Amino acid sequence: MLGQPLYPDPLTVAEEWHAGGRGVAIATVIETWGSAPRPVGSHLVIDSDGNFHGSVSGGCVEGAVIVEAAEVIASGTARTLEFGVADETAWRVGLSCGGRIRIYVERLG
Amino acid sequence: MLLEHLHKLNAARESRCAAVTVTELDTGMSKLFLEDETMEEAVVPAVQSALRTGKSGIVEIAGRPVFINVYLPPPRIVVVGAVHISQALAGMATIAGFDLTIIDPRSAFATPERFGQTKLLAEWPEDVLKETPLDAYTALAAVTHDPKIDDFPLKAALDAGCFYVGALGSRKTHAGRVQRLAKLGLDESAISRIHAPIGLDIRASSPAEIAVAILADIIQALRTRDVTAGQRGVE
Repeated sequence: MLGQPLYPDPLTVAEEWHAGGRGVAIATVIETWGSAPRPVGSHLVIDSDGNFHGSVSGGCVEGAVIVEAAEVIASGTARTLEFGVADETAWRVGLSCGGRIRIYVERLG
Repeated sequence: MLLEHLHKLNAARESRCAAVTVTELDTGMSKLFLEDETMEEAVVPAVQSALRTGKSGIVEIAGRPVFINVYLPPPRIVVVGAVHISQALAGMATIAGFDLTIIDPRSAFATPERFGQTKLLAEWPEDVLKETPLDAYTALAAVTHDPKIDDFPLKAALDAGCFYVGALGSRKTHAGRVQRLAKLGLDESAISRIHAPIGLDIRASSPAEIAVAILADIIQALRTRDVTAGQRGVE
């Protein structure tokens, strides 16, 4: 790669974390409705200690995704999460921008 | 995601090769295809469309929901000319997420003292582009004002279908450039793709301001590019 990117890329980080012996989950935005902060295809990678890199929203739902990711790393079973202001959990976790997003969380390896 | 898929995907991205992952959302089964790799017929239309448009999303294949994620090479900027504007542009482009290279055969200009960590090649564009050709995911900005240095890469950029081709210089300078490029065999519609004077018209004055105008012009070209045809180089 030419030059050194300012922020390391999440999938590169995921590969390094895995090589270092950590359990890793990859979260990906798979669908958005309305005004969503990150486009479809964006990644957040999470390790079993809760370290994370990248983003699937503007910081609104990352905390909840990280909690789910721990379970995905433990079980190996992928799951799909949905967030939005219309959601009944909006008081807890939601998108202030009014959009809705679906996120697929899978274990690496 | 399988580990071997991640290795292959990261290697593809490193070598500027487009790639697509195809994930069955009900089973979690996932496949990875590099551009030009053969794949089963059922996924061809969705994968080809994703490669062409750069858009990821959920499609239905054989009645099942499938997520297609497309990874196009990161946009790159090649600057011809290690001038004052390029010094400012190098820093800004990196912050904006572009991969930037500067080429200038004049070794007095192309010095590490002036450019720090920036990828800098004190060679003729002819030689550099033979090794690392331009492609549709690359923007080229020619800023030396010197036809001996600028003209060849400008023609190469138009031939390669670069998503942005810009050249520094006044309208008068550009009129002379148009004549020279026509003599090199480029037609009018190809030459008209050159952004000249370079940069969005924000009345930029200082080198740093001109760098902002050039970067904004490049971002606009990237985000509004026609993804329906002709963006994957000369076909």
